[in-house]
Amino acid sequence: MAEATKSYNPGHHPDLAPPSGAVGVIGWIYQNLFSSWLNSIMTVGAVYLLYLFLPPLFQWLFFDADWVGETREACSREGACWVYIIFWFKQLMYGRYPDTELWRINSAYALLVTAMIPLFIPAFRWKQWLSFFLLFVYPIIAFYLFVGGSFGLVHVETALWGGLFLTLVIAIVGIVAALPIGIVLALGRRSDMPIVKALCIGFIELWRGVPLITVLFMASVMFPLFMPEGVNFDKLLRALIAVMLFSAAYMAEVVRGGLQAISRGQYEAAQALGLSYWKMMGLIILPQALKLVIPGIVNTFIGLFKDTTLVLIIGLFDFLGMAQLVGTNPDWVGFRIEGYVFVGALFWVFCFSMSRYSQNLEKKLHTGY
Amino acid sequence: MAAHTQENLAPSKPPIWNDRRYRALFYQVFVLVGVLLAGAYIVNNTLDNMESRGIASGFGFMSKTAGFSIAEHIIDYQEENSYGRAFVVSLLNTLLVAAIGIVLTTILGFSLGIARLSQNWLISKLAATYIELVRNIPLLLQIFFWYFGVFLPLLPLPRHSYNALDSVFLNNRGLFAPQPIFEQGFSTIVIAFCVAFVGVIFMVRWAKKRQKGTGKQFPIFFMSVVLLITFSFVAAVLTGFPLSWEIPKLVGFNFTGGVGMSPEFVALVFALSAYTASFIAEIVRAGILSVSHGQNEAASALGLSRGLTLRLIVIPQALRVIIPPLTSQYLNLTKNSSLAAAIAYPDIVLVFAGTALMQTGQAVEIIAITMAVYLTISLVISALMNWYNKRMALVER
Repeated sequence: MAEATKSYNPGHHPDLAPPSGAVGVIGWIYQNLFSSWLNSIMTVGAVYLLYLFLPPLFQWLFFDADWVGETREACSREGACWVYIIFWFKQLMYGRYPDTELWRINSAYALLVTAMIPLFIPAFRWKQWLSFFLLFVYPIIAFYLFVGGSFGLVHVETALWGGLFLTLVIAIVGIVAALPIGIVLALGRRSDMPIVKALCIGFIELWRGVPLITVLFMASVMFPLFMPEGVNFDKLLRALIAVMLFSAAYMAEVVRGGLQAISRGQYEAAQALGLSYWKMMGLIILPQALKLVIPGIVNTFIGLFKDTTLVLIIGLFDFLGMAQLVGTNPDWVGFRIEGYVFVGALFWVFCFSMSRYSQNLEKKLHTGY
Repeated sequence: MAAHTQENLAPSKPPIWNDRRYRALFYQVFVLVGVLLAGAYIVNNTLDNMESRGIASGFGFMSKTAGFSIAEHIIDYQEENSYGRAFVVSLLNTLLVAAIGIVLTTILGFSLGIARLSQNWLISKLAATYIELVRNIPLLLQIFFWYFGVFLPLLPLPRHSYNALDSVFLNNRGLFAPQPIFEQGFSTIVIAFCVAFVGVIFMVRWAKKRQKGTGKQFPIFFMSVVLLITFSFVAAVLTGFPLSWEIPKLVGFNFTGGVGMSPEFVALVFALSAYTASFIAEIVRAGILSVSHGQNEAASALGLSRGLTLRLIVIPQALRVIIPPLTSQYLNLTKNSSLAAAIAYPDIVLVFAGTALMQTGQAVEIIAITMAVYLTISLVISALMNWYNKRMALVER
């Protein structure tokens, strides 16, 4: 009794622990999974669905799958047949590029990766030189490595290119070439000159209004008609031009967003300093605007990277096209799903990591004004 | 001295090559001439090439006999019909895919977006997994996966179809559903429904006026539903239920009767809506999150119920953020429906830029028509959405 009537001295008695149901694992489960009747029902339903689908999926993907062997007989057909992927791995990666020349592609990859790594190291000081090398010198080296025909390298026709290699070539060339065109178009769209503005708007809206397939069709059937007789256009080059035009229009809109985000004061200050139009753009506006739209550029690249698969419709064998092609091989009928899962998984890894990277950049570049 | 200052104050007139206006004029003329020259060069080459290859020009082919069949058509079509008819048939196919795809993807996308915001951890994570999985894989791959990977090999023969309620059947020939047959007298029900609808409009007006005047509320929603259902039901009873369903039947190796949808169509619509929904879900989530928490609190301080808060406060503000990107997703879906060509669903690209182009060789005209179709669709959808957006936009003082 004495305890009950005792007056409390502040700070002299221990805090009571929260009820066991409100903290720890149980508290978390209660709050996030069973907070109401409806939530409980949804949780149970979701768990049941996962139970239905996940175990068979993992069985198929890993436990019942066949990993070793040389022929289709090695596959028991109970799980996935990864032998199929291993057997066709070279085609899926490089298309029909000659075996003895594969080192050329691999060394170009290696050079690209080694040259890119320092760009992600904040302390690295010669980033500008490295960017210059990557943008202007590397493409020339890569071109000679891939095409050959000089410096003692055997010429490899572009018709033999394929697989993931071709996908990367189209996507990277497309986006790198689209950026400068897109910048010019965006500047044109915001220009005061009515004719230039109208031309740029027309160009941008035309390509943005039609699907990539029709652009590719146009490139494959109309470009040969556009050239004087006797000029023969490489199929890959036609696809590249189509992809470039298409992505330049999207890039222009991304860059325009950045230009619009730069405050008027920046333009006025540059003009007050007496800078010419190109100096104002090159030294003041574009550096700020492009920094703002890097995430947008990465997102455009992700979109373009996924869209490169459409080139299979005009008869180029990119990554997905190669998977389609080997899927029709009479010795390996019935393993298409494995092909799609493999191609899809690689695409997913590429796109997902790029989108995460762009989200990080967005956070890092968001300086709060 | 004074004259000297005067002279200095007079605005200096730059030489003509330094004047901004003349420079702008010069640049524009320069660009225009360049574009025109390039255009003329291309047109000239094209005409030469077409002449030397013996390709006809002009749109005369549109009235010639097409001579190829189209597997799926909403309106009547035979091989002896003209290219023009084939064009309309394939255009309708494209529009059908786009329309159904837009409806399905909106439902799926909004559900996913709301699920992503659910307080239930598992549901939210499941939605996030779906979104991240689907939007990072190329659409064409997904279409191939469903069509070549799942529909053709894994679905059963018509004899062993999956069925729901013995009326909807799914097998490797497609999806078959009952078709409504409107018998005589059905129009009476439609008329009754319309009458009820007009009545509802008047009732809503009256109720609003009364609420403004007296503050008394009227159960608008409940009364509207009652009114619509009673009118239609009474009409249906009076005319003796003039609606029956034609249920698909297995005849030989395939189903006949009912509404049949080919596996190409089903795979295409399925993949398109599943893919676009993952983008819409993110848009919806961002839209709902953009409504600041203070709005919710203010609404509950005013004493609005949860449902009313959602309907009157949150959704109208979220829609403002959602609509512009949603429009571009609808446009994307419409444009992506051109991937139908890859699995041989007879849309405009396959029929027109494929078969018709092969037969006539008139690349320029046919590609131009195909592009014009998509451009028109794009412009119409974005015009409609801009109009709607303007109506919903924030009205500031």
